[in-house]
Amino acid sequence: MPSNEVIQGLGLDDYKFGFVTDSEPVFKTRPGLDAEVVRQISARKDEPEWMLKRRLKALRIYEAKPMPQWGGDLSELEETLSRTYFYAKPQEQMERSWDDVPESIKQTFERLGIPEAERKILAGVGAQYDSEMVYHSLKEEWESKGVIFDSIEDGLKNHPELFRKHFGTVIPAADNKFAALNSAVWSGGSFVYIPPGVQLETPLQAYFRVNQERLGQFERTLIIAGEGSRAHYIEGCTAPVYSTDSFHSGVIEIVVNRDAYFRYTTIQNWSNNMYNLVTQRALVQQGAHMEWLDGNLGSKLTMKYPSCFLMGAGAHGEILSIAYAGDGQHQDTGGKVIHVAPNTTSSIVSKSISKGTGRASYRGLCKVYDGARNARSNVECDALLINETSRTDTFPYIEIDEKTATVGHEATVSKVGDEQLFYLMSRGMDEAEAMALIVRGFIEPIAKELPLEYAVELNRLIELEMEGSVG
Amino acid sequence: MNDSPVLVVTGLAAGVADEDLDILKGVDLAIRPGEIHAIMGPNGSGKSTLAKVIAGHPGYEATDGSAELNGEDLLEMEPDERARAGVFMAFQYPVEIPGVSIANFMRTALQSRLEDGEELDLFDFQELLMERMELLDMDASFAQRPVNDGFSGGEKKRNEILQMAVLNPALAVMDETDSGLDIDALKVVAHGVNTLRKENPEMAVLLITHYQRILNHIVPDRVHVMVGGRIVESGGPQIALELEAQGYEEYRKAHAA
Repeated sequence: MPSNEVIQGLGLDDYKFGFVTDSEPVFKTRPGLDAEVVRQISARKDEPEWMLKRRLKALRIYEAKPMPQWGGDLSELEETLSRTYFYAKPQEQMERSWDDVPESIKQTFERLGIPEAERKILAGVGAQYDSEMVYHSLKEEWESKGVIFDSIEDGLKNHPELFRKHFGTVIPAADNKFAALNSAVWSGGSFVYIPPGVQLETPLQAYFRVNQERLGQFERTLIIAGEGSRAHYIEGCTAPVYSTDSFHSGVIEIVVNRDAYFRYTTIQNWSNNMYNLVTQRALVQQGAHMEWLDGNLGSKLTMKYPSCFLMGAGAHGEILSIAYAGDGQHQDTGGKVIHVAPNTTSSIVSKSISKGTGRASYRGLCKVYDGARNARSNVECDALLINETSRTDTFPYIEIDEKTATVGHEATVSKVGDEQLFYLMSRGMDEAEAMALIVRGFIEPIAKELPLEYAVELNRLIELEMEGSVG
Repeated sequence: MNDSPVLVVTGLAAGVADEDLDILKGVDLAIRPGEIHAIMGPNGSGKSTLAKVIAGHPGYEATDGSAELNGEDLLEMEPDERARAGVFMAFQYPVEIPGVSIANFMRTALQSRLEDGEELDLFDFQELLMERMELLDMDASFAQRPVNDGFSGGEKKRNEILQMAVLNPALAVMDETDSGLDIDALKVVAHGVNTLRKENPEMAVLLITHYQRILNHIVPDRVHVMVGGRIVESGGPQIALELEAQGYEEYRKAHAA
């Protein structure tokens, strides 16, 4: 089966198993987004004609596709989108002053112990980064190995052929409504190329180039890992990303070529007014190995299902995810593994925590195509409920067209029990500390995979979150 | 040695929270520093309830009387405040905390005893933990295991004793710690308690048990017999031996009225 057919057939819109209903599109042309806006974006970026055409085509797809009716509640999104500035220039966004950042966000930075300079970047008001020296020496190392680590705009400008060859091949605009939207208005993100055989010890961190262009509302990242290469990319942080925008829709495309190993780590903590609808997918070729390590905190609604399309024999895909749904938040997250080739293996481990009126849904897909002989997949999802009002659901979709495939699924739901709390409190911890310890223990299997500084931040953040959970 | 009691319980009545029925019906007890008091009684006598009420289990509620630790009103305190004031309860059924190592657990417990803004020194802690484990003949790798997760009954009880050793309480309440232990595990627990008492002669122990046999290994200063929510007899260790010979039947009859 040609890969593009597989990809087209498995877009978010095309779930045949309950993800989607066939209601009529509710569509109205908004003054905020039309072909003229798209032309302006493209012109401002000084893009080649082919990219403009792509954008315009994507816009038409976006307009034609109905709003998804599955997953989270998107009923207020139309209204949010009508207020969204699709063409906001990064430099204009940068002009916000530190005084405009809400006190609650500042306090969280303070308590997380994040350095001043970094706080300003996180809040989208500054553009200096302490580690510029570190970045420069790493940059030299990368350049000497032929590694490209650029903003997506520079990627298009400086490496047009490589860019064009891969852009939109993993996630075509037609994949789903928000992929189409992103394809029409994308701005910001990373372009990464690891030449064949190159192995990087130090992770590529989006932090390092955040001073060039802050994380965009419609970020677009394209990563190509050459044959036999090995690298780790890290994006985001656990501090809340403050933004006056209330909509984030990213697209992350990764090509993992033969026998390469790639890990993509992202921990995001959005402010609570945010819709976060992201499509991230990797094409994993023969013998290659892809890992998504995905942490989602904050936001009003997050819908995000990192995917591995296992295209070549022996390819391996792994998705580790943590979702934390606080009061009034809905995390609709999980992962998708698509087995196309023989002897492919995959594993999804998902942990969610719901606090207060928070709701965490696991939504996952395991699909094994006919001919993917001896494919093996294992899914494990565990939910932890903090309060009586907390909610969790599990939507595991499994489609197996291959007799020799082995697929396992395991789900657990646990509540923080009175007996557990009492045990910890009888050792001297107050209720919030006890809760935090239980939660930390719960996510430990995933947190231990994080780089140390991220794990530390995540732990501190959970402590802060737990302070409000008791009473 | 300071001779004023560590624990003073006066006329304590208590039952399951939100239920009218009292399980404890007026318990009086005073334990001085360094003393070991055993409370023995048949199933349903209320002895385990006494332990839980002292430790502050949220499922139980005191309805009358008082319980004081070194003059402080325990019943007004949250369980964590009681712990920080010096109460330690070794659980009958220790709870599993997956993903949290014993070392991390103990570090957090010690950290919670410090003032806000004060940080536990990690090297000091590591040293203390290792020293305590050595004292109890435990392998250092034990501290890296997740708290009670997948532990055998004996390992869970050893973990309770280790925690007691690290937290060094003024009052250790052992809630049927001996139940379900084979003789070897029982000896390990008893050895642990005896070793800790040698180290800290001031530590008072309230030992709740159904069986006499643990008292062969941990010798009590006083034995109290509890029946029907009251202490019906108190005396020296010989009472335990009498009980072993006669059983609780005599007491039950005498107090059935």
